[in-house]
Amino acid sequence: MKTYWYLTRASGAVALILLTVTIVIGIASAGRVQSRRWPRFAVDAQHRSTSLLAFVFLAVHIATAVLDSFAPISLPDALIPFIGAYRPLWLGLGATAFDLLLAVAVTSLIRERLGQRTWRVVHWLVYAAWPVAVVHGLGTGSDVKQGWMTIVYLGCGAAVLAATLVRIAVGWPQDKAWRLGGIGALAGFALAVALWLPSGPLAPGWARRSGTPSQLLHSSTPARRRGS
Amino acid sequence: MTLPRVLVGADGTPMTLDRHRDQHGDLPPSGSRLVDEIAAAGLRGRGGAAFPLSRKLDAVRRGRRTPVVVVNGCEGEPMSSKDRLLLSALPHLVLDGAIAVARAIGADEVIVAVDELNPRTQDTVAWALTQRPEIRRGRLRADVAAIPGGYVSGQESALVQWLNQGPAKPTPPTPRVTERGISRRPTLVSNAETLAHVALIARHGAQWFREVGTHEDPGSTLVTLSGAVERPGVYEVSHGATVSSLVTAAGGLTERSRAFLVGGYSGAWLDMSQARQARLSRAGLAPFSTRLGAGIVVALPERSCPVAEATRVAGWLADHSSGQCGPCVNGLTAIADALAGVRRGDGGPAGLPWIARWCQQVTGRGACAHPDGAAGFVSSALRVFADELTDHAQHGPCDACHAPPVLAIPPTLATAAH
Amino acid sequence: MRLVVDPIACDGHGQCAELLPERVTLDEWGYPMIDDTEIPAALEPLARRAVRACPTLAIRLRAAQDNERRGR
Repeated sequence: MKTYWYLTRASGAVALILLTVTIVIGIASAGRVQSRRWPRFAVDAQHRSTSLLAFVFLAVHIATAVLDSFAPISLPDALIPFIGAYRPLWLGLGATAFDLLLAVAVTSLIRERLGQRTWRVVHWLVYAAWPVAVVHGLGTGSDVKQGWMTIVYLGCGAAVLAATLVRIAVGWPQDKAWRLGGIGALAGFALAVALWLPSGPLAPGWARRSGTPSQLLHSSTPARRRGS
Repeated sequence: MTLPRVLVGADGTPMTLDRHRDQHGDLPPSGSRLVDEIAAAGLRGRGGAAFPLSRKLDAVRRGRRTPVVVVNGCEGEPMSSKDRLLLSALPHLVLDGAIAVARAIGADEVIVAVDELNPRTQDTVAWALTQRPEIRRGRLRADVAAIPGGYVSGQESALVQWLNQGPAKPTPPTPRVTERGISRRPTLVSNAETLAHVALIARHGAQWFREVGTHEDPGSTLVTLSGAVERPGVYEVSHGATVSSLVTAAGGLTERSRAFLVGGYSGAWLDMSQARQARLSRAGLAPFSTRLGAGIVVALPERSCPVAEATRVAGWLADHSSGQCGPCVNGLTAIADALAGVRRGDGGPAGLPWIARWCQQVTGRGACAHPDGAAGFVSSALRVFADELTDHAQHGPCDACHAPPVLAIPPTLATAAH
Repeated sequence: MRLVVDPIACDGHGQCAELLPERVTLDEWGYPMIDDTEIPAALEPLARRAVRACPTLAIRLRAAQDNERRGR
């Protein structure tokens, strides 16, 4: 049913937005941002609530992708990276992002038993999960060339970039090496995506090049046009 | 006259094993019975905390893994030199105690921790270790470890963390090092002087140990006396002896004294009338809100400025926080800055109640006793030197502010505490 | 049950004081001063929330018999 196909795309976009918001609030919390109406515990509670909401939409995104009959994505394909038949690399990145976020979620739930140091190290995986999710979206998403999707990507990108720059400045005020490394990684990622896009997802024929099974390639074009 | 006991035969040179044996006899073989003897003797640690040694030994023995013995010769208190003296002049007495205790608790390793700025003492201990048959025959591993200088580096958990390849900073109070210390093994950290007393208890027993001292604080203890006395140095006194008798033994005061500092930089000031009443024991010093600590007594001459001295030490103590606990770092800095301001005469006496408040505010809120000790030192200064402090607050530095310092604030090499 | 803070882990985030002002106040540098009297049953849920909220897991609830003297 096409409903699932639309739902999975929409919920994927929303999940990315919510993940972005979670990261920004998390960085604000770490930076001890507060106001009279938003005491520290409230900012922190918002971070936890938003992350939960992001997970809900992520679950919907995965469930509807599996239920949808258009693309052959089974549940294992969605959760275990790179084993699927549909755009294996790009879908696999989505599974990777999910796995990383799952690790973060589980460790957060058992933080008291796990101890601070382990929890903290695993929590930093979100800085890997977010770019992986973005590249997953760019690689598998059928709406990459749509205007609204572009705005979503640019908006999320700008928000995470700015927030992470602040985090680097606040987090390592003394350690120049780490700061430069962090900024370098950010800049590297942004540059890599910017260079890849024109010859990748934005260029014609991406559906075939990204690994869409051939039997879907003919029907995919009319479906995309109908959805735009 | 039953004193000296520990300092018998001490002269400037390291005592050889042969001379040591002539002096004290052989170290008797010891087993777990030694722990009972130490308990009966009521021996408490001589490193400052006065913790009952038998309780530490019991805690270490409860562990399943093979324990380690650490001889704490770090002596972070600048006005103390008793441990340095013991390790350089009487190393075998200390090693006797360490080895006896190691046997009693089943330890297979002894580490002697010495300040890294003290290479001569390190060499002397290493030399003494080579003479010990127990170590030569390989039954016991022993080593000298150089510890970064710094007031808190010799704190029990800081020392263990350093020996575990970490920074020389205190760790949270649990798990205790007696449960999990070096390489996660039960670790006994004991002050060098404490182990010297163990060496004598192993030979002469608990009854003998209790022949001097008080019931609560049995035995003798080493005190480093300095300041305006004829013969400053390390003295062995019976617990409960008066401060006056100690000063007399040192040839008396060289000039009039304004106050006495007892217990080092974590101790407290006594005015002269208090000093005349004070006895060197926990009960004898409790009325003056201090303890003997690591056995330090300083007679402050009248020609020194107590405000200048206290301010300088307060600044040094603030610098020597390990920097791990907010209340300590911020509190001690605020106290030190405020005292410096009082000394200079900025702002008048309004700052003084703040200092008292901060002293109260930092107490008990660090991971170790550093803020408590510093607060105690400063609080006692506020009491004993109230007039001088008010005077400085109103009129600024006095002539005596420029007198040569009595209380030492040694520099430390690249303070590992920071 | 009493509240206990690990002063080394504590970074002065202050969420404990916001959530449980009945037992925690902040000094002028933002570090908690704990009133370590027994937590009544009515305050226990908030106390647990304060423990969960701490970003560095510095504040904990201890059963009364675990609060032995800290060894130095």
